[in-house]
Amino acid sequence: MYTMGIDIGSTSSKAVILQDGAQLVATEVVQIGTGSSGPARVLDTILKKTGLDIGDMARIIATGYGRFTFEPAHHQYTEIRCQAKGNNFFCRSARLIIDIGGQDVKAIRLDEKGNVKQFFMNDKCAAGTGRFLEVMSRVMEVEIDQMDYYDERATDPATVSSTCAVFAESEVISQLAAGLLKENIIAGVHQSIASKACALAGRGVIEDELVLCGGVSKNQGVVRAIEKELNRKVFVAPMPQITGALGAAILAYEDVLKEVALKDNERQKG
Amino acid sequence: METKGMNGKQLLAHYQAQLEEEARRAKKSGRLVCWSASVAPSEFCVAMDIAMVYPETHAAGIGARKGAPDLLEVAEKKGYAQDVCSYARVNLGYMELLKQQALTGVQDEKLANSPAVEIPLPDLVITCNNICNTLLKWYENLAKELNVPCIVIDVPFNHTMPISQHSKDYIVGQFGEAIAQLEEICQRPFDYDKFYQVQEQTQRSVAEWARLAGLMRHKPSPLNGFDLFNFMALIVCGRSTPYAEITFKTFADELEENLENGIYAFGENEKKRVTWEGIAVWPHLGHTFKTLKNAGTIMTGSAYPGMWRLEYTPGDLSSMAEAYTRIYINTCLEYKVLQLQQVVDSGNCDGILYHQNRSCKLMSLLNVETAEELQKRNGLPYVSFDGDQTDPNNYGAAQFELRVQALNEMME
Repeated sequence: MYTMGIDIGSTSSKAVILQDGAQLVATEVVQIGTGSSGPARVLDTILKKTGLDIGDMARIIATGYGRFTFEPAHHQYTEIRCQAKGNNFFCRSARLIIDIGGQDVKAIRLDEKGNVKQFFMNDKCAAGTGRFLEVMSRVMEVEIDQMDYYDERATDPATVSSTCAVFAESEVISQLAAGLLKENIIAGVHQSIASKACALAGRGVIEDELVLCGGVSKNQGVVRAIEKELNRKVFVAPMPQITGALGAAILAYEDVLKEVALKDNERQKG
Repeated sequence: METKGMNGKQLLAHYQAQLEEEARRAKKSGRLVCWSASVAPSEFCVAMDIAMVYPETHAAGIGARKGAPDLLEVAEKKGYAQDVCSYARVNLGYMELLKQQALTGVQDEKLANSPAVEIPLPDLVITCNNICNTLLKWYENLAKELNVPCIVIDVPFNHTMPISQHSKDYIVGQFGEAIAQLEEICQRPFDYDKFYQVQEQTQRSVAEWARLAGLMRHKPSPLNGFDLFNFMALIVCGRSTPYAEITFKTFADELEENLENGIYAFGENEKKRVTWEGIAVWPHLGHTFKTLKNAGTIMTGSAYPGMWRLEYTPGDLSSMAEAYTRIYINTCLEYKVLQLQQVVDSGNCDGILYHQNRSCKLMSLLNVETAEELQKRNGLPYVSFDGDQTDPNNYGAAQFELRVQALNEMME
């Protein structure tokens, strides 16, 4: 049985096709999100890539900011629930997830079954998100995927505000004007993101098994900054950008199984 | 207008309009008009036959009718920062436009086009810091701008509970000062007989209010908590008049009858029950309600309307002082948590929704600790969302929807 999860974020669209709830058939990412051609393109690409038809999918679950706008979906779940499920797939012992996406940064606490126990996320503020990183990359004329390279070469990381993306942008412009090295400013930007995410994750020592996911965790500079902030190693989900879509595909599979079990039960009773 | 045969909701609209009309008529006939903070004691002014107007309720109405942005702009042009409470900004903006009209005879376009209910300028103002300290500066500014007397009932914050006798004595002293000020303003002795009658009326209103709110304990609930937000207008503005008592009694009777007949607020669709902690998001009231309703989630608990359960013994000023200082946001965290726990329990709630209200720092800043403490006690899931009571800019529809859906997933 094939199921599909589709995660329509603010800056990218992700799709996963799963066989029997356990075997990854295909994953696809289009770097454009809700309100754009991204969702249709990611669907088209993943189907072409696998040679499958949308009718082959026993269930499609949508998640992410644009979850209610994706018509082929049978059902929608929050990205919080889907991230919990997707990360649990890669790391059964995970009890805490830090998900840094394009517009949101979330800390999700899980119980021993991988269910959401509690979550915290940013509100109407872009500080600490992927969008913040994009703005910084533009200001510094450094491609997003080059930021890690600069970060590694930092000698004296600058201090960049973690309370407001707009203030942080002004700070960075001032620092550039003052002649600070891009390497040091970029390390400061990464530290700012880490500080925001870790503040959401909890006060005091975080002892639980922690998984990092979301597009921003592909940036090793951010990962190192989080490790430094928490003073410990963290596990980065393999394919961190698709964990939400993966969780949606697993939930789609589980929903089908539940429905089948329910029907069997009713048939037996009848 | 004949009120016989009106149901609770019709009475609410009728008496709300009547109170507004009475204030306008009072102004025209030379009776004094007072602008009052929502949980300042109304009894003193009503006993002296002063017409009451409540800027917080007025601002909430403007917010709900989508009229806040123009007035917020006026206040901001006068120098009030966006961080200041939006009730205060809306009211200070409205006051500014009324004042300009009174001085020049010309009505500003913003006022002419405003959906705000027309209210008269005050002859005096009364405030009380039992729900926040912004109210002090806000009312002092009103008094200064309009050159009218300002009565302040200063209520100490209760860092420990129960409330100490010296605190109650201090507040009784404040009441005495308010009475002396009123005698001077009205140029006549305080009417203690009328005051006692008003206290009795207030207690009858409060009893019916408590009875109405208590109906949310039933499962399924005959009362949707958002209705309480709407009916709050009368517990604020009319609790010292018979209007509130009549309206709440009628509505509670209707709901009790519904309950007997198996008629519930959400019909057969009540799936989960939540407590809403904080003030309503008036400019987006419909969206917040519909998002919950579409998910089958009914609000059956809120400490906010409970702030007007001002129970005391008429004739006993110390008891009245205690009622006006026992407001749950005027007490220590432990007591606040205890109060919220009772709200959650009595509403048989499955989860809690915390409004991080950019306007109301006092209600919101302790939310994180309140939520953690409460979860230790009851283990119920909770979420918080960003919003504002009157400034529509501080709310994100998609963000609210995500949190409500996530809360439902956690409550499953």
